[in-house]
Amino acid sequence: MNAFSELDVAGGGTTTALPGKSAVTLTINGKETRLEVAPWTTLLDLLREYLDLTGTKKGCDHGQCGSCTVLVDGKRVNSCLTLAIMKDGCEITTIEGLAGPDGALHPMQQAFVDCDAFQCGYCTPGQICSAVGMIREGHAHSDDEIREQMSGNLCRCGAYPNILDAIKQAYAATEKQAA
Amino acid sequence: MSVLKSIFGQDVDTTSSTYLGKPTSRVDGPAKVTGGAKYAAEFNVPNLLYGYIVSSGAARGTIRSINAAEVEQVSGVVKVFTHDNAPKTAYLDRSHRDQIAPDSGSPFRPLYQAELEYSFQPVALVVADSFEAARYAASLVKVEYDLKPHETDLRANLGKAHPPTDTRAGYVSAPKKPRGTPDEAYAAAAHKVEAEYSQPIEFHLPMESYASTAAYGEDGKLTIYQKTQGVQNCQEYVCSVFGLSSGDVQVISPYMGGGFGSGLRPTYDIYLSVLAATALKRSVRVSMTRQQMFSFSHRPEAIQHLKLAAREDGMLDSVTHTAIEETSQNEEYLETVVNWSGLMYNCPNVRLDHQLVNLDLASPADMRAPGAVTGLYAYECAVDELAYQAKMDPLAFREKNYAEKDQNADKIFSSKELREAYRQAAARFGWKDRPLEPRSMKKGSDLIGWGMASGSWEAMQGKAAAKLVLTADGKLLASSATSDIGTGTYTVMTMIAAEFSGVAIEDVTFQLGDSSMVYSPVEGGSWTVSSVGSAVKTVCGELRARLFKLAGKVDGAPLGDATIEDLTFANGAMHVTGNPVRNVTYTEALRAGKLDRLELDTTELPQLAKQATHALYSHSSVFAEVSVDEDLGTIHVNRVVSAIAGGRILNPKTARSQIMGAIVWGISMALEEEGMLDDHVGRFMNHNYAEYHIPVAADIHDIEVIFVPEHDEVVNPLGAKGLGEIGMVGVAAAVTNAVWHATGKRVRSLPVTLDKLL
Repeated sequence: MNAFSELDVAGGGTTTALPGKSAVTLTINGKETRLEVAPWTTLLDLLREYLDLTGTKKGCDHGQCGSCTVLVDGKRVNSCLTLAIMKDGCEITTIEGLAGPDGALHPMQQAFVDCDAFQCGYCTPGQICSAVGMIREGHAHSDDEIREQMSGNLCRCGAYPNILDAIKQAYAATEKQAA
Repeated sequence: MSVLKSIFGQDVDTTSSTYLGKPTSRVDGPAKVTGGAKYAAEFNVPNLLYGYIVSSGAARGTIRSINAAEVEQVSGVVKVFTHDNAPKTAYLDRSHRDQIAPDSGSPFRPLYQAELEYSFQPVALVVADSFEAARYAASLVKVEYDLKPHETDLRANLGKAHPPTDTRAGYVSAPKKPRGTPDEAYAAAAHKVEAEYSQPIEFHLPMESYASTAAYGEDGKLTIYQKTQGVQNCQEYVCSVFGLSSGDVQVISPYMGGGFGSGLRPTYDIYLSVLAATALKRSVRVSMTRQQMFSFSHRPEAIQHLKLAAREDGMLDSVTHTAIEETSQNEEYLETVVNWSGLMYNCPNVRLDHQLVNLDLASPADMRAPGAVTGLYAYECAVDELAYQAKMDPLAFREKNYAEKDQNADKIFSSKELREAYRQAAARFGWKDRPLEPRSMKKGSDLIGWGMASGSWEAMQGKAAAKLVLTADGKLLASSATSDIGTGTYTVMTMIAAEFSGVAIEDVTFQLGDSSMVYSPVEGGSWTVSSVGSAVKTVCGELRARLFKLAGKVDGAPLGDATIEDLTFANGAMHVTGNPVRNVTYTEALRAGKLDRLELDTTELPQLAKQATHALYSHSSVFAEVSVDEDLGTIHVNRVVSAIAGGRILNPKTARSQIMGAIVWGISMALEEEGMLDDHVGRFMNHNYAEYHIPVAADIHDIEVIFVPEHDEVVNPLGAKGLGEIGMVGVAAAVTNAVWHATGKRVRSLPVTLDKLL
């Protein structure tokens, strides 16, 4: 039995070649970053394993839990289902990029602390990025709309009512700022 | 409360506290909302190798071959470990038993033998220089098996049920003899219920998957960043299994992305990371996939038979409760399931029985409120059925049969404000307007139902230690090797340390999650505040005494001849109560003693003599409203009100969150969770978040949490009973009872899904 019969085998059949790397440029949290990335590296693994930006979490690696949510050009995406090379030239915002340069928490981060909108904290970066993206999309007008729009982000600790409160608090703060 | 005062002749002053009892935001909150909190798989040590686990495709049989040598040819792959080449670990089962393991039995050993024990167990570990290479190479691993027949179907194997033969700490076996004469009482009773309730396998599924980063030091020492609820349990386990000395292994876990019991015992990722790191003399990280999170522990499936009877006047007169649960072939997992039915309500005639069936599955494990949610789901549903037989309101039925003492143990409760919990939750919910008959309430096309239930959980305390370091700048560092699995340990321990040391809370730091810290038991069973918190309180008292002694050396003796009882300790200073000018700061006291730091630790033991004469339990009273679409059978939980009698509430903010989360768990148990086995292949079929359902934001509506005042001087020096479990107990029954009240249908198998209503 040869497990590699369907694969390209390089070097006289003793070593299986792995795919080569390509150059991509990503602007991550405002900083332009040039990288050599293998085609099979997800945006999530790039952040966590190659750039040490471990604030973005791996919950399921299958787009089912939302823990890995980041903002790509301002839109929320599951970074586990996104290959890094697909996002050449894009702006990526992760949880590490939300606070101000002076370290002041983003209103959504502050609201999550104020409302105790997390327990273990593992889904939290994804919840916060998703909530920021949702408000940008204009989808935070009612409790039911927020619940529906946030239902791609699982929280096993069951902090949902507090997450709802936090999003409402941050939304009100943003509206007030805009007014 | 007055009873307690007369017994112990003292009272705890809960009104004058500075921090305890005040809503306090999590001290680890900023780290968690900025991505700064580091979890086990996030310690990116240099020259790290990645281990990817290959899981078995069969339940029983023997591994004939694994193409490990071929897979090792893939670039980037360093080694493929299998049972054929894995270094041998300790021979005796005893060496593999951790603090939480059953007392006998054979804990599962990964890559130990060709013989399979269950489907999806680890059978190989591919180690490579990148995560992607390891994952890819793992996909090329081919395992050939010689299959043998397996048994994974509990119902088909009920004939093999047997009483437990093993024991373990915390497990209370069912009473050997019945109380009274339950059969005769049942036969003679006016109102009767006999029914079977079933509950499927459930999985913990914390959002963070298990991961172990074993950093191999130049000196050969291991620093293991581990997802666990017990760093010292893991450290002892690793030393015992791999024959390492305790000075060479340190286990660190500052944050844990949810546990719910799944991390009480060491998980197989730590075994594999240590195996690979010691064999390769390299740092290795092993993370489980989400699918593998369904492969090492679960709440066991339970089939329960209940016979309840009441006299004409609604007095409960007979209880027979039999629970049959599954366990693995290699261990008897033991949880207390049926005993609750002998203590929840007054009843003279009770028979309780707990049995096990060994199946070809991974060992079950403690999962939030283990045993209690299982047993009391069935019992509280049966009580609801019996109350209806007796044409009584289910709350009135419970109040009528209220237990003033634990009849199992024949002990009075140390405190039990369940009556008040009933009163407050019912009032808040509007229960008095509930019609007795089902199918009485409608809103549009939806049937509306109201249900309620009670819950109980043990208020346990274990041995634990705490350490303090007070430095000349007036800062206090407190520590213990416990965990914060999302429960708020960092915050509440900081509050306790500030309260009893007299150091301002902003000058207090609490550290945890490092096996080199002073002793803590595993974080579970709702006993962390009572165990570790009590140790923190005691060591703070010792600190005050030391500081008072040092204060005597301060020039001019500002405290004069005041005794320690005359002093107030606050804001980093001690002063004569009522005379703040006569004060000594902690900094001055240290300087007077020519000390740049004061370091002390203490070990706190439960006061067993005081506790042994009482039954120590927390209680809950849960009310739920559901709406059921009559055409589609869809069920929504509109609102839940839960009142908790859980002793003193130290941090109302995180306490409320903990109960709220537990209610979400109860709703989930009632309506969503179900591990689905294909018994033909002995394998879980829905091992992912898309097919194993847990609630999303849209499933959860109004939840209200009430804490009723409950004073208790027996449970532990803090009077706090712990809150991790009690919020979940009774919720599934309240929701199920509400579904009956809406529809008139008694669904006796969880989860209550729409197909069972149509």
